[in-house]
Order: sequence, then structure tokens, then C-alpha cells
Amino acid sequence: MELIVASTVGVLTAGGVYLLLRLRTFPVILGLALLSYAVNVFLFASGRLAIDQSPILAKYGEATYTDPLPQALVLTAIVISFGMTAVLVMIGLGAYLEAESDRVDIEPEMRDATDKGESA
Amino acid sequence: MSWVLSLPLIIPFATAVFAFLLRNSPLGRWTSLVGSSVGLVASIALMSTVLHHQVITGQMGNWPAPFGITLVADLLSAVMVLITAITGIAVAIYALGDIDETRERLGYHALFQVLIAGVTGAFLTGDLFNLYVWFEVMLIASFGLLVLGGSREQIDGGVKYVTLNLISTIMFLTGIGLIYGLTGTLNLADLSGKLDAVENQGLVTVIAMLFMVAFGVKAAVFPLFFWLPASYHTPSFAVSAVFAGLLTKVGVYALIRTFTLLFDGDVGLTHTILLWVAGFTMVTGVLGAAVQNDFRKILSFHIVSQIGYMIMGLALLTPLALLGAVFYLLHHIIVKANLFLIAGVAKQLTGSTELAKIGGLYRSSPLLAALFLIPAFSLAGFPPLSGFWAKYILVKASLDEELWFLAFVALAVGLMTIFSMTKIWAEVFWKAHPDGRQPALSGLVGRTSLIVPIAGLALMTMVVGLMPEPFVTFAEQSAAQLLDPTPYITTVLGPQP
Amino acid sequence: MKSIILIVGARLQVALLLIFSLYMLLRGHNDPGGGFIGGLIAAIGFTIYAIACGTVSAREALRFEPASIAAVGLGCSLLAGAMAIIWGDAPFTGQWLFIGAEDGDKKGLPISSILLFDLGVYLVVLGAVLSIVFALEENI
Repeated sequence: MELIVASTVGVLTAGGVYLLLRLRTFPVILGLALLSYAVNVFLFASGRLAIDQSPILAKYGEATYTDPLPQALVLTAIVISFGMTAVLVMIGLGAYLEAESDRVDIEPEMRDATDKGESA
Repeated sequence: MSWVLSLPLIIPFATAVFAFLLRNSPLGRWTSLVGSSVGLVASIALMSTVLHHQVITGQMGNWPAPFGITLVADLLSAVMVLITAITGIAVAIYALGDIDETRERLGYHALFQVLIAGVTGAFLTGDLFNLYVWFEVMLIASFGLLVLGGSREQIDGGVKYVTLNLISTIMFLTGIGLIYGLTGTLNLADLSGKLDAVENQGLVTVIAMLFMVAFGVKAAVFPLFFWLPASYHTPSFAVSAVFAGLLTKVGVYALIRTFTLLFDGDVGLTHTILLWVAGFTMVTGVLGAAVQNDFRKILSFHIVSQIGYMIMGLALLTPLALLGAVFYLLHHIIVKANLFLIAGVAKQLTGSTELAKIGGLYRSSPLLAALFLIPAFSLAGFPPLSGFWAKYILVKASLDEELWFLAFVALAVGLMTIFSMTKIWAEVFWKAHPDGRQPALSGLVGRTSLIVPIAGLALMTMVVGLMPEPFVTFAEQSAAQLLDPTPYITTVLGPQP
Repeated sequence: MKSIILIVGARLQVALLLIFSLYMLLRGHNDPGGGFIGGLIAAIGFTIYAIACGTVSAREALRFEPASIAAVGLGCSLLAGAMAIIWGDAPFTGQWLFIGAEDGDKKGLPISSILLFDLGVYLVVLGAVLSIVFALEENI
């Protein structure tokens, strides 16, 4: 279980960082989404991994339970990153439709040139 | 207690709701103004309570600390909340004359109030995860304000801003996860003791570095500041003034809070890194400003260089240096917001912010020129303005620690700041307008609402400069609280065994 | 692209999804569910409607501007938190009213400020998601 969770975090982070380094808005947004998934899984694991346990003590009887706080934290983090991603997609899409290109960080004249170069 | 603490948060949110529902009528902007004034009253109430009790705390929903959401205000938090409210009302007045109806319809006033709520929340919270939530509230509101009106340049800047800030958020969350795994708590006061008791101090240092990078992006320190000059010159002037005054300062506040309360174990490593960061931030910021030729871009780079001074105060970690850092924070918010507001008036009068295309303001509107000189000279550190005392204290603190080179850097950066300010003065105010325009202040629509906040903030700069004594004493007390967090911890958690 | 099958199917689904969202909202206090999930489910309902019949009729069916719904929701949640001041409790302390209870035995129909808070969350999520979805639909 530890191995699966740890490698999931690793693979998600690697993919996220790779996508973040692209020069287009859309892969960057996807990269951010992957990175936030990675950190969410990581947060979830910070309360220790307990398989098949309820997050609440059942009438003070059961000895083992899983920590409920990371679950609450992850839920909050998921909600927030969901909202941020949605807004970012909206703005990015608006910019893309307006300029016919989603390249970032280059001058407008260059933007046209590189787009043509890439499609050729 | 908990009501005094939560009213500065509830009021801006409530104002945002009403301002949004009234966004299509002129009532919306007045709602925003009234909300900001009530918010100011609430922050004054908070300030006076804190002055009386030193540290106050409140638990949301009556859940006891360290399990519930805790709000804490010590002197530093309270004064930051107060100054946020002051900036908020100044910008709310300014917005009456600066924000057009299209932006109002899109919900400018509501976003602005949410931003103020986010900043205030970040100053008041006593819980790491809650701090993350307030950061996100702030981020989503500031992103909305940044791209409001939606020109291509704004969106480009906005996407860079939000991407880098989200990466910093992810680092912050990773740090939170590590801390929770290590100690099982996220309450700042509780962590203060528990982090020292952790066996694996190496991991604590790793967390400290994660936090340093995360807050460093928010505070725009070297080498993480690139989002700031890319985005701050694009939105409307009221927006960029409130960004320049408050947003980066939240990062600085978070750095000061965590690196005095939590990560004081390995000072030799963390604070030495901060010291280098401070030096490079000052130098790169001021050099970046020197090559710019746009009013707002110059000011944006100067934010970076000034952040360096505050980090320097934190890195030295002596009582005098922290005093300087706190004093610098307060002085800088007022001065920087004011300079951006003046840039807005200059743009309205002359038609541009590019130095080559404008000029002639001294002859046509001497009042504005005089009002510019006060914050500009204060920023550069001329006596007897507030910036002089802030710089003097910090340089003195670094000399006391026998860091001659750092003191030299701080003074040299001050000199370079004068160069930039005189450049703006010469180009914008002194030389004649290239088109031969005579832009008179009296011809400006809604000029009262533009000039009143500028004059008010300039007056505050003068007052702090001419009578620094009470402010220095206050900063000294809050620095003492930062260095000895025992009252903070006992107030939140109750008497410790 | 208008598909008659989708339109007919959507009408049925929207009704079901909206009822299910209310069910989720109300059971949320003690069981899985709550305002956030309920709001998302209701937003899915209107999204299906918008895909089938177009955003114009979806906006009409919603009656209010989605962003205003979100603002009202924020207001509800704030009110739920601020209500505690009347009883002198800390902000966001839950306040309970038991309708039909006999001398405080807590057996009547429980109504709480927590329900109002959840309702606010429901409206915020519904409004925010729909304003983004509609904006995306109208852009393309």
C-alpha cells in the first residue's frame, strides 16, 4: 500500500512538472491539475495509511480508526483546486479563442511566426 | 473576544455579497465604500482590544484549540489588519473615480472586498491549513481582479501570476502534509512547542525550506519574483495599488510569523539563506527598476527591492532588526499603494504611463507633483519621512551585527532608489509633455475621489516620519512578542504545564 | 446540434437530478452528502439541460443569474455563522431549534443554523459551477 501511494505521488509529480514546463497554456493547466492531485494524495497519506477503517470511533469501542483530519483537509484542498482549475480553464480558453493561440511568454509578432512554423 | 476577531472578516464578505447583488446600479460602489468604512471601525476596535490585552484569541464554533479553527491577533496581526483596512478604504474611495461601469458590472467591488477579506484572514489566522485557505481566497479574488476587463496583456500577466502562485501553494500544502505527519497538529501555537520536540530535526529543516520557497513566491523575493513585474502593470490602477500595497506583504508576514514562531531551531542555516536572499532581492529589484521606462513597471520592480529590506530584518533576527522589519512593512504598504494611485492620476491626466510619452505635470498640476514627492522621497529614505527611519533602523541593526557589506548594500540600494524616483520626477513631472498637452488637475472628472486618498496616505507618511516615536515603540513591542512567543502560545492553548 | 432523444431524456434527468441533489443536501448532516455534493449534482442537472437545449433556455430555466445565486449562497452561509451572536456564542457555533419538542427533550423536528450554512454552500457551488459552465458553453 505504501509503495502504491508513494509511487502514485511520484508519477503524478513527474508528469505535472513535465507538463508545467511546456510553452502552451493548456498543458500548463493540466500540469497544475496533476501536481495538485499529487499533493492531495500526499496530504491524505500524512495521516498514516489505515486500510478499511472508519474515520470515527464507533462508540469509543474500536481500537483502530483512520485519522479523519487529513480527509477533511484533502476535501477542502480538492474543492479549492477544482475551483482554481475551472477559473484558469475559463480564462485560458477565452485568451485562446481571442488570439487563436495559447502560447505563453512570447511577443505577439513572434507568436504568429512560431505558430506557422509548428504547423508546417 | 471571538467577535472582535471575526468581524473584520465577516464585514468584507457581507459587503461583497451586497455589492455583487447591486453591481448593476450605482449603489454598488457606495456599498463598497460603506463596507470599507465599517471594516475600518472594526479593525480599530480590534487594535484597541489587542493594545489592552496584548494577545487575543477566538475559537470558531466553540471548538477548543488546537482542534478547531483558531483566530489569533497579537500586535503585529492587529496592526496589519488595521493597515489593510486603511488601504482598503483609500482604494475604495479612489475606485469611485477610476473604475468604469463595465468593470463594475463584472463585479469589481465584490472581488475587491473578497480580496480584503482574504488578506485580513491570512493576518488573523492561527492555523496553518486555514492560512492556506485564506491564501486561496486571496488568490482567486486577485486573479479575478487582474483579468477583469480582459485585455490580452492582462490575461498573459494573470496566467503567469496564477500559475506561479499555484505552484507555491502546492509546495505549501506539501509542507503542511509533512508537518501534520510529523506532529499531528496544524495549530501554530501548538506546533511551536511540538516542532522543537521532533527527533528528526533534518525533516523540520526540509519543511522550513518548503515554506520558505512557498512564501518566497508570495512575497516575490529573489529568485522567485518574476511573476510580479509581469503582472502588476496590467490591471486598473486601483487594483494594482491594492496589490502593490498588500499582496506581497502577506507573504512577508507569513515568513515573519513562521520563521519566528515555528522554525527557530536551525537559525544558522535558514536565516543565513534568508540573509543572502534579502541582499539579492534588494539588488536585483533596484537594478530591474533602473532599466524600465514605464511608471508602473519601475514601481513594480521597486516592490521587489523593498521586500528585500523586510526579509533582511527577519534574517538578522535581533530585536532591533525585527523592529525595523515591522516598521518597514507598515511604512511600505502606505507609500507603495500611494505611488500606484498617483501613477493612475498621472495616466488619466497625460494619457499614458510610458515615461517617454508623458510629461509636464509639474507645471500644470503642482499639487500632484508635491503629493508625488512625499511617498517617492519616503521610499528612497529621505529624512524626515517614514522611509528614512525604517532604513535607518535596519542599517543600524546590520551594523550592530557587524555585517558591513549588507549595510553597504542596503545604503547603495537606497541611492539607486533615488535615481529611479528622480527619473520619474524628471520625465513625468519636470519635462514638457511631448505632445504639448497642458494636463490640468482641475479638468479631471471625479478628481476629489482621486486626490483625497492620495493626500490622506501622504499625510500618514508625513505623520509617521515627523513623529516616529510612538510607532517605533509599537514596532518594538511587536518585535518583542515575535521573539518571545510564550504569551502567544499560552493565550491560544491556555497555561502550559 | 439538437437531438430530440437528448432533449426528451434531459427533461427526465434534470428533474431526477434536482430532487436527488436536495436529498443529498438534507441527509448530509449525519450521512455522506451535504451542500457541496448536492450543489454539484444540481449543477450537473442544469449542465445536461444546457447541453441538450442550449444555454439560453438553461438560463431561463434557472431564472436567476448564476453568479447572483452564488452571492446569495455566500450571504446565507455568512448569516448562519453570524447568527450565533444573538445567543452570545462564538461565531459559527451551531444553533438548534427543535420544532414540536416538549420541554427541551430534543425530540422534535430539528432545524439548525448548520442547515442554513449547508444551503448556502449548495447555492455557492451551484452558482459558481454554472457560471463557469455557461461561460465555457457560450465561448465555443
